Amino acid sequence: MKNSFKIILATTGLLLSLNACKKDALNLKPTNDVTADVVYATPAGYKQALVKLYATYSLTSPTGSDNSDIGGLNAGFADFFRLFWTSQELVTDEAICAWGDTGIPELDYATWNTDNQFLRGLYSKSILQITICNEFLRESTPEKLASRNITGADATAIQRYRAEARFLRAFQYWVLLDGFGNPPFVTEEDAIGKTNPKQIQRAALFAYVESELKAIEGDLADPRTNDYGRADKGADWSLLARLYLNAQVYTGTAKYTEAITYSTKVINAGYSLKANYKDLFLADNNLNNTENILTINYDGVKGTNYGGTTFLVNAAINADMSPASYGVPSGGWGGNRTRQNLPALFPDPNGTTDKRGIFFGTKSNVDDIGVFTDGLRVTKFKNVTSGGVTPASLNGTFSSLDFALFRLAEQYLIYGEAVMRGGSGGSTAQALTYVNNLRRRAYGNNSGDVSTLSVDFFLDERARELYWEAHRRTDLIRYGRFTGSTYLWPFKGGVKAGASLPAYRNLYPIPTADLIANPNLVQNTGY
Amino acid sequence: MRVFYLLKQGLLVLLLFSAFMVKAQTGSVSGKVLDETGQPLPGASLIVKGTTRSTSTDANGNFKLAGLANGPITIAASFIGYQTLEKAVNVPGAAALTFQLVPDAQKLNEVVVIGYGTAEKKNLTGSITTVGAKDFQKGTITTPEQLIQGKVAGVNIISSSGQPGVGSQIRIRGGASLNASNDPLIVIDGVPFSGKSIDNAPSPLSLINPNDIETFTVLKDANATAIYGSRASNGVILITTKKGGSGAPVINFSTNNSIATIAKKVDVLSADQIRTFVNANPTAAYDVGKTFVSLLGKANTDWQDEIFQNAFATDNNLSIAGKFHGVPYRVSAGYLDQQGLLITDRFNRATGAITVSPRLFTDHLKIDLSLKGTLTESHFANDNNNAIANAIQFDPTQSVTASNQFGNYFEWLRADGTLNPNAPRNPVAQVMLRDNNGNAARSFGNLRFDYSFHFLPELHANLNLGYDVSKGSGNIFVPAFAATSFSTNGSATQSLNTSNNKVSEFYLNYAKDVASIRSRFDVTAGYGYYDNAKTNYSFNEYSATGVLRTTPKFPFSVDRNKLLSYYGRLVYTLADKYILSGTMRADASSRFAEENRWGYFPSVGFTWRIIGENFLKESKAVSDLKLRLSYGETGNKDGDTVGDYSYLAKYYANSNTGQYQIGDTFYDYYAPSAYDPDLRWETTTTYNAGLDYGFFKGRIYGALDVYYKKTKDLLATVNIPVGTNFNNNLITNVGNMDVRGAEFSLNFAAIKTENVSWDFGFNAAYNKRKVTNLTLNPDPGSKQGAGDISGGTGITIKYNAVNQLPGAFFVYKQVYDGAGKPLEGVYEDSNADGVVNSSDQYFYKSPDPKITLGFNTAFSYKKWTISTVLRANLGNYVYDNVSSNFGIKNNILSAAGLINNAGIDFLNTNFTTSQYLSDYYVKNASFLKMDNLGLAYDAGKLFKNSNTNLRITANCQNVFVISNYKGVDPELTDGIDFKLYPRPRTYTLGLNVGF
Repeated sequence: MKNSFKIILATTGLLLSLNACKKDALNLKPTNDVTADVVYATPAGYKQALVKLYATYSLTSPTGSDNSDIGGLNAGFADFFRLFWTSQELVTDEAICAWGDTGIPELDYATWNTDNQFLRGLYSKSILQITICNEFLRESTPEKLASRNITGADATAIQRYRAEARFLRAFQYWVLLDGFGNPPFVTEEDAIGKTNPKQIQRAALFAYVESELKAIEGDLADPRTNDYGRADKGADWSLLARLYLNAQVYTGTAKYTEAITYSTKVINAGYSLKANYKDLFLADNNLNNTENILTINYDGVKGTNYGGTTFLVNAAINADMSPASYGVPSGGWGGNRTRQNLPALFPDPNGTTDKRGIFFGTKSNVDDIGVFTDGLRVTKFKNVTSGGVTPASLNGTFSSLDFALFRLAEQYLIYGEAVMRGGSGGSTAQALTYVNNLRRRAYGNNSGDVSTLSVDFFLDERARELYWEAHRRTDLIRYGRFTGSTYLWPFKGGVKAGASLPAYRNLYPIPTADLIANPNLVQNTGY
Repeated sequence: MRVFYLLKQGLLVLLLFSAFMVKAQTGSVSGKVLDETGQPLPGASLIVKGTTRSTSTDANGNFKLAGLANGPITIAASFIGYQTLEKAVNVPGAAALTFQLVPDAQKLNEVVVIGYGTAEKKNLTGSITTVGAKDFQKGTITTPEQLIQGKVAGVNIISSSGQPGVGSQIRIRGGASLNASNDPLIVIDGVPFSGKSIDNAPSPLSLINPNDIETFTVLKDANATAIYGSRASNGVILITTKKGGSGAPVINFSTNNSIATIAKKVDVLSADQIRTFVNANPTAAYDVGKTFVSLLGKANTDWQDEIFQNAFATDNNLSIAGKFHGVPYRVSAGYLDQQGLLITDRFNRATGAITVSPRLFTDHLKIDLSLKGTLTESHFANDNNNAIANAIQFDPTQSVTASNQFGNYFEWLRADGTLNPNAPRNPVAQVMLRDNNGNAARSFGNLRFDYSFHFLPELHANLNLGYDVSKGSGNIFVPAFAATSFSTNGSATQSLNTSNNKVSEFYLNYAKDVASIRSRFDVTAGYGYYDNAKTNYSFNEYSATGVLRTTPKFPFSVDRNKLLSYYGRLVYTLADKYILSGTMRADASSRFAEENRWGYFPSVGFTWRIIGENFLKESKAVSDLKLRLSYGETGNKDGDTVGDYSYLAKYYANSNTGQYQIGDTFYDYYAPSAYDPDLRWETTTTYNAGLDYGFFKGRIYGALDVYYKKTKDLLATVNIPVGTNFNNNLITNVGNMDVRGAEFSLNFAAIKTENVSWDFGFNAAYNKRKVTNLTLNPDPGSKQGAGDISGGTGITIKYNAVNQLPGAFFVYKQVYDGAGKPLEGVYEDSNADGVVNSSDQYFYKSPDPKITLGFNTAFSYKKWTISTVLRANLGNYVYDNVSSNFGIKNNILSAAGLINNAGIDFLNTNFTTSQYLSDYYVKNASFLKMDNLGLAYDAGKLFKNSNTNLRITANCQNVFVISNYKGVDPELTDGIDFKLYPRPRTYTLGLNVGF
């Protein structure tokens, strides 16, 4: 009997001891995912990780158009550019959207509230790209490189990647500075985890973006020497010029002289205007393009989503406009068009005189927001090459057209406006030359030349040159015409005739969701 | 590997102990067992208490127990449906015993399975309900869970749709989680199912033949479930399958043949109504000079009639059960061929099952081997229900066919003759021009050894080894000319996945009566190991013409998780009246980091068998009275949102459609995933108080339970501070939810005579869930999207929000005119700030029913039985997405350049544009359904000297629905009514022959 008890005990013990390996047994790893040490094991891995930083502002997700790497927003809405464009254009006189999706009518009216899903999406996506850049910076310190035996030319190349990561981070902080003013602030010092980020004030953020852009200048490639799609000194200066042009708004202190300095640097860096304005917005704009400074790249097969230029092209046309002729045979979503103000800035809405006016339709007045054919359609962006070829597309909707975040024409206009606003280091004569360079391209000859300039001229000229390129809200605010009643456009403030907006709407609100999640944050004044 | 190792070890143990057989018995006892009328009871069992010695009565009710040890013993006689009777005798010298058994309507002595063991019903300490084959829902039942729909208080089973074999949403007490799983744990013959899906079959449970099932046992409170620890928060359903017989082979053949018809169609405008409406807007145009009138067709097409059919089904089952050389066995085979209401929909299933239950060493070693296999073949007509949505809204003035390049199905074209890309597609073409075939195979089973030690029969060792493997494969072909994918030349895709789940469990059980202190101890301690893996394979996708479209990045990926457990239970019974039970489970899951891996889930329960007290013992009226009090903690870690590897800092590769171009090269890369390294168990604490009652020898019996559940550390996808992780949303442990409820059941045998019987069953449950916190820093204003609607993009209608029911609708308050007609776009300015914007939205109702009711009755007269099952839900609300999406003028006269149909609700609203967020569309969907109406004729023995018996049944399922809700069906799994595959009304004729 005694023995048998021993046997029971021994056997039970044996059975239970089968768990000896339990520690390992429960440490399971996914099949295809890897750890940071694998990603960053080689110089090629660093290059891929750098590409991911750029891919973040092009795609909704690394795994295709149905997925999103920001939560709480439909994947179709969730790419950076669509959200940025919406925040810069839909709330202004340049655009209006027919759709009733939650949050869109309020943006049409510029009466958004604090949990508008598009604004929250933009805020989240910008900070996501910042967070991913921070991760790259943590993984590419000299110590990390040394620990991975990466030295010499490889280490030097990665030093440049780091500068680009900081550029992309600075760019997204500029987006937040411009839109939200006082966002949460995280750098590579802030590890992934649960520590609530601190809020940064707008002036301090301005100083940070400025100092970062200056600090990385030396490590970036010379203008036009880097791979297509990667930031170089030209992009760095372009963003500085844009930052300084708006410094009065951001900090209360004007920096027009600096805007002239940096736009001049860009202008003298070897860029030149593309011969035909319309070719800037065609599917082969990545080829032989000396005007674009930094682009977000899209591809209808290999890098797809429902935002970006896919959105720009499809939302601006409907099925009745022969989508195939815009390079999207299965597309045509019938949403975006312009209010009557924009076509009115052109000598004619047909592009006959000023070829930049690329509109479709006959009724320029928007009477009913929900009727797509109310208002002229902007057909500037086409997913067709200059030779008339439609690039391959997975579903006949995805576009391969790249979008220029910075191009030379904007720098001409920054230069001119900064001169007119009293910045030093430039001249009116030079400004006139630059402006007329743009207008000669637009008119095909010198018939559109101007001989005098004014501050106000630039607001209109920017609209004519840069409409639908995600500048309008920033421009109207700089001119003091976004809020208040100095300038009204149809449905501004939710009233068909247009109504005044309170000044606090010059800034977007910190999204309610983040205010709740992060107790360090204080809502922007007025909301 | 581990399984076989354990198996080897287990066998070794058992063989060792078989060597300790001791032989010291003498003497015998004999007698007979009679029923209440004095007729012999063949097959009654007799057991010598405290030993494993047992026998059963022969055809004349006689028994003999030989070789008994000398001394006083107690013999218990039992028979299914009768109360057990005990008699004390002396060996040797006892006179012949006569046991006259009394029927037991309440079956208090029935042995029911509980977690890791069995218990007599009267001694159950938890909130447990069993449903046996006799009480199952009748008719054409394709998936097992449908058998107990409406039968158990607090268990809500909603079939996802009317598709053959489709799964159900099963909710026990409403579910305790938000984003983690709310599905109960399902355990079949002791083998817990992994919960991982099987693709290319309609649902995982559709691979289990309901005809092989003997009983369901539903464990509801923590005292019952906590021994299943981390998988028990949502309750546990134990399924026991049919086992072998006791004598000569009994062959049973049943055939059920049915026709299913559409019970209700979505009420839409007729072709003439559309014509009238369009003609009344003669100038309305979708572009300059292009009027809608010019688009009108001349046909009168009911598109729902075009895509739905009467569906036949035949379900045939054959089983043989008996004893072969003393070994009970059962072999069964089933074949089901079921059409769906949607044309071309079909589900074929072949099942086979074998169980053998050898008993060795005079019943000391019980071995149960159970193997089941299933093959299914499906043709899925249903492409995400899109054809159903389009049948609702397709223009009824158009005919089904047309002469064109799209397979000669009418499609909306543009002026230039090309396909209108923004039009709904012809629903008939959508079904007919899509060939989606799925095959699935599944095999599961277990081998269980239960050894009662020779030298210590009170001690049992139980080893249970189970497996569940499956494979699903399928392919979808859409021809190049099909309008649905015309621009991409059709598509040809395939899929394959396999799953492999292994279970091994070992426990020791010691049960001892200590008469001197009037106590009984029942102790169980065990160990379990569970390994669940699912492999998904990826394939190239081609156009119908064979052009390669996309290639996968990786050939396959494996989702795997393991669980390691220790568990124990102690039940102490004093004087057969006071029962104290405690359970403990420790679980370690591979889903969490080592530091957070272990979860400990205790429970304790006190049960007072009041009926055992002297003041009730002699009561004629009260036959049972039992009070149960329990407290316990259970865990949850399951659900797709939780994932198998969420705690790991990891990078994932882009797909081949997620590359990025730098220079001339498209790069692949890795992206960091958002993760919470501290992810841990979600824990639910349950308090339960219950009263079991029985009157008049069990003619009336039932239970009343009240409970309060509190879930903390909810595994919820919530907003996290932006900038702290690689996503603004993260699955993490945050938030709390409360569930309160009460359940009541009543069973009443109103008439019980030789020729007539009339039974009633009634159950009612009240359940209310409330989210109490959703953020790390508690905030009353936080909410998280929980359900989008169709129509616009990203329109969220349901939210999980603090102080609301989960999934509450977040809407504007509609303003009505004097006549009660909703005013388009006019909403209440509820915060009175002068502007109506999204700050004026409010939480209004939720899909959760407040009260669920079940009622069944069966009336028998001689060989005839008529029975019915009714169910009702009260206080459940539905968002009518059919009306909000289709029932507007801008949908009928679509700017996309076409005409659509509208739901009949359009005539009430006359809205021009969509008003998705109006509370007008949130409708009370309380309902009363008659699930089942059946008539059975039990012919009994067909011939005098044979055992052949015959039973003929006729059934109607989904007989009627009474509801104020005007949509196609008020009962929906997610509370959003859009494109439900309608549940059919089914007429079944069945024949059952036994011989």
